[in-house]
Amino acid sequence: MPRRDLRPLAAILLTWLRPVLAILLAFIVSSFLILAQGVNPLAAYAALIKGAFGSTAGLANTGVKIAPLLLGGLGVAVGLKAGLFNIGAEGQLYLGALAATTVGVTDLPVPAWFHLTLAIVAGFAGGALWALIPGLLRAYRGVNEFVVTLMLSYVGIQLVSYFLHGPLREVPAPYVQSHQILESARLPVLVKGTSLHAGLVIGLILAVVLHYFLRSTSFGFETRILGANPEASRYIGINVRRQIVLVMLLSGGLAGLAGVGEILGLKWRLFDFFDSMLGYDAIGVALLANANPLGVIPVSLFFGALRAGANNMQQVVGVETALATVIQSLAIVFVIGIGFVGKRRPAFAEPETQPVSLAIAEPDWPPDPRK
Amino acid sequence: MDFPTEGIVNWLESAIRLATPLIIAATGGLFVERSGVLNIGIEGMMLFGAFAAVAGSFLTGNVLLAALMAMVVGGLLGLLHAYLTVTRRADQIVSGAAINLLALGATDLLNRRLFLEGRPRVALFPVIGPESMRDIPIAGPLVFDQPVIVWIAMLLSIFLSILLYRTTIGLHLRSAGEHSKALRSAGHSVVRLRYFGVLMSGIFAGLGGAALSLGAVGIFTPNMTNGRGFVVLAAFVAGKWNPMLVAIACLVFGMADALQLQAQAVGMGIPYQFLIMLPYLLTVAALAGLVGRTTTPKELGKPYDPQDV
Amino acid sequence: MDPESSVILRMEGISKRFPGVLANDDIHLDIRKGEVRGLLGENGAGKTTLMNILYGLHQPDAGEILISDRRVKIDSPRVAVDLGIGMVHQHFMLVENMTALENVLLVLPSRRPPWLDVGGARSRFDKIVQEHGLQIRPSNLVWQMPVVDQQWLEILKLLILDVQLIILDEPTAVLAPSQIQRLFDAIRRFAVQGKSIIFISHKLAEVKEITDRVTVLRDGRVVRTVETQFATTAELAQMMIGRSVTLERKPRAEMGSRKEALSVRGLHCNDDRGVEALKGVDLTIHSGEIVGVAGVAGNGQGELADCIAGLREATRGKITIGGSSVRGVFRDPRLLGYIPEDRRKTGLVVDFSVADNLILRKYRMPPFNRKGFLQWDAIQREAQRLIARLHIRTPDVNVLVRNLSGGNQQKIIVSRELDLQPQLILASQPTRGLDLASVESVHRTLLEERNRGAGVLFISAELSEVLALSDRIVVFFKGEIMGEVRGEGADVQAVGRMMIGERSVAPAANPAAVGSDA
Repeated sequence: MPRRDLRPLAAILLTWLRPVLAILLAFIVSSFLILAQGVNPLAAYAALIKGAFGSTAGLANTGVKIAPLLLGGLGVAVGLKAGLFNIGAEGQLYLGALAATTVGVTDLPVPAWFHLTLAIVAGFAGGALWALIPGLLRAYRGVNEFVVTLMLSYVGIQLVSYFLHGPLREVPAPYVQSHQILESARLPVLVKGTSLHAGLVIGLILAVVLHYFLRSTSFGFETRILGANPEASRYIGINVRRQIVLVMLLSGGLAGLAGVGEILGLKWRLFDFFDSMLGYDAIGVALLANANPLGVIPVSLFFGALRAGANNMQQVVGVETALATVIQSLAIVFVIGIGFVGKRRPAFAEPETQPVSLAIAEPDWPPDPRK
Repeated sequence: MDFPTEGIVNWLESAIRLATPLIIAATGGLFVERSGVLNIGIEGMMLFGAFAAVAGSFLTGNVLLAALMAMVVGGLLGLLHAYLTVTRRADQIVSGAAINLLALGATDLLNRRLFLEGRPRVALFPVIGPESMRDIPIAGPLVFDQPVIVWIAMLLSIFLSILLYRTTIGLHLRSAGEHSKALRSAGHSVVRLRYFGVLMSGIFAGLGGAALSLGAVGIFTPNMTNGRGFVVLAAFVAGKWNPMLVAIACLVFGMADALQLQAQAVGMGIPYQFLIMLPYLLTVAALAGLVGRTTTPKELGKPYDPQDV
Repeated sequence: MDPESSVILRMEGISKRFPGVLANDDIHLDIRKGEVRGLLGENGAGKTTLMNILYGLHQPDAGEILISDRRVKIDSPRVAVDLGIGMVHQHFMLVENMTALENVLLVLPSRRPPWLDVGGARSRFDKIVQEHGLQIRPSNLVWQMPVVDQQWLEILKLLILDVQLIILDEPTAVLAPSQIQRLFDAIRRFAVQGKSIIFISHKLAEVKEITDRVTVLRDGRVVRTVETQFATTAELAQMMIGRSVTLERKPRAEMGSRKEALSVRGLHCNDDRGVEALKGVDLTIHSGEIVGVAGVAGNGQGELADCIAGLREATRGKITIGGSSVRGVFRDPRLLGYIPEDRRKTGLVVDFSVADNLILRKYRMPPFNRKGFLQWDAIQREAQRLIARLHIRTPDVNVLVRNLSGGNQQKIIVSRELDLQPQLILASQPTRGLDLASVESVHRTLLEERNRGAGVLFISAELSEVLALSDRIVVFFKGEIMGEVRGEGADVQAVGRMMIGERSVAPAANPAAVGSDA
């Protein structure tokens, strides 16, 4: 009998159970930090949940936080599927925001829907372009994209700052900021009276689209093969260089859309250093979701709720919002501690000496053509 | 035209000071990289070390104890990374990324808790060198006006060189990164060596963080490492994983870093954002130009499976 | 002398289980002082596992080991070496980027820790080199050394450590015939010196030649231990697989086609380190013939396969498959089918399903693909068809390939690559690591393809199978073809000489002229 996958049902269960368990453990460990402050952890978590889900405003706030995490997480996840570590989501987010703002503050003689679409596309392009350089370096020079995308993140933030102090700057103004995004270029608001914007919907749709894209298109198939076995992908005829560049463009573009959402949907204005954590959170989202586009949805929900509720937690019991980051990172640590995230093999890989023929007997191969 | 000697000397002096955290972290990082484990978490370990040093200095008033605290904290994070990557055989990049996120959040949290009432000055690394000699042109400030941690960094580099190439542990370490099975067959424990390597990298990264916060400024700001831990990774590539060359690479990055400060002071007319970008762009350029296949430790990034014989 | 009293090592009741398989089943073995003991069995019989247990790399689930009648627990190679046991593995345990001396330093405890004892190692190194007339210098980098010298370095390490029991795991796999003789001479010398040698092999002829006694393993169990001189090759073969088998040449019809399946002209390319691996190779394969590439592994055969398959860029020269020129990457499964050396690395995506792997070369073609979208029903049906046709043992087409046995994995590759009846088949070490039944199947398939009209380029380090299968044999040495012989009635001596670099005395027949032949 050929060796089977151990208890397939259990395996599937484990895949979903592991992140849940990890999150639970993260909460438990963090409660010690809360206790150290003399606060009841349960009260703190109650405030957290209430802040995230307890009211329309809270829910809207949670949705607002989810949107960029979703989009950014998808971007990083797509890269991971191809075996590419695009850690520069932060920089791509900024460049996407820059591009979208440039289009968004310019009065164009076009219908509103066109203006908005153009701004969104510009945002995607901005993020994609920022991922192009690391993509090219990886494809043509074999430079690991991890460090390059990260370095370019810092560069990107400064670049945006430069433009914001220069051509885009609105003066006079209390902060370093751009002009306001024109109404024709703003993302529609989903719930009146809140700041919940269509970026969330775009993210959800893209998550589903991406899932099918990876599963059922040639390009998606090739992307996955590249990530699973680069050698084999070369032999099959996949143009590895082209694939790397295209995937990086897609990945960066998605991260750029996260920036688009923040500016065209939420803030309606580009501020200097308007974001400090989203990009890195997106990496956490992708890791915790094991680079699965559909998995990114619940994980970004979790992260978003954490961030949204943290404010309430600070107000009600006085626990700093920074705890949310701690919980997130602990969740990731526990996920890899409990099992493994990504494509690493199980702990007991077969040793090279393992006899391979004992598994089957083959008395009747090849089949007799006369039969 | 008046040759800007003083400007250049100031620049180099700052360069050395700014390169020091990099050199220390890089020295520790070489331990681990040559043993075959990727430690992306150096950034987080440095950050936590920087915080621990400031906290320690604030709480005890003693720089030595503060530095020790930084090393302990770094070492603990190192142990975590070792456990995840060597024992659990998780993806080394993922583990490092997780540690960075953890450090980011935890230091922010603890920083707010500890320093609620603003930021008091804390004891710094003392400057070493006879006062009288500091006035010697050029050499004076460069050599005799540096905090002790700079000298420690140099010594550590030399120490690592000797260790790596002249001792048995160094040989074993290098084998662990090149051909772990050969090491096992020779009767040594790959697991133990890699734990050792990762632990060292954590301890040194912590000390590097201490150098960052207590070397000059004496305060901790959130995310103050700002990517330095990743610049160190590029230094490995640029220095071909050789301790002396890597130290030189760090120095070059320090020079770029210092240039940004000097240029602002001098008013060179370049928008300051581009100056801030400089070290990062330099890193990318270094990687683009210098990645080679023959010098990378062969097993870097591959998990070691004791059952796989 | 009473044979019993000279027993130095006993393994009793050794059993070892790995997930899904019993590798060693109640094995008893006793080794005498100064004997050369063969451990014979086909791939997967459990020989290497047993020796790995003896060398401390694995722990047995049951049984014990006695040395000089004293129970010992060998839980690491260090313990094994201290007890006087040394092993030369199939894949050398050498650090390639280091020098020979550094590799010795790795195993030799230092006299003054923690410093490296360069002087002490050096003197012992020189002594052994002199004693055995070796060509190794301490400062040689391992990766620059020829494979046979690397093996000698491995042996040198054991001699420096003064081990009393030397285990050699398939040592002749990487050697040319004359080098094998040199090794055998050394083995006899060691035996005379009182050392014991365990010689693991699946090659009957060699075992017959060099061993005093031989233990045959099959399916993890000891079949029998016999005095070598009293057992015939046929009997040994019988014990090894449970039925009689010989690697015979099968009769075949001369195809005599002039159509070229493969044409290689003036091919140059570099290896992974940038050193030139192919130095002007000319080769032609016609439809309906098997051309075997003989040669010690590492002389450019791998790079030749890479170039033909499009995985490596030629620096100079031209490759034509089925009349179409190959520029760079080459994809048409009707022209080339490739059975790669390393199944898991190049031939399969082990984390994907059987179905995914089966359509890896056809997923862009209709009906499996429509306007860029994969058609999963068609793919599933196709997978079912191929599985049934070649009796691939798998419960389901959606099982992950990593869970199949090596033989079945190879079948997936073979069925996929040959399904569209390509004009050229490139088979690179296709039988490595397979049990004999699978080996026979692969051989049968290749012959059938040849008979159907395909041209087959068959690369193997196993001279016996090259001799059995090929219509023509070319011999590779250091990136060049030394010469060519006919497969039928091949002069093994000549081939052996060419494998170590002696060009054939008679000018090699013009490859382009074969087919019109004498």
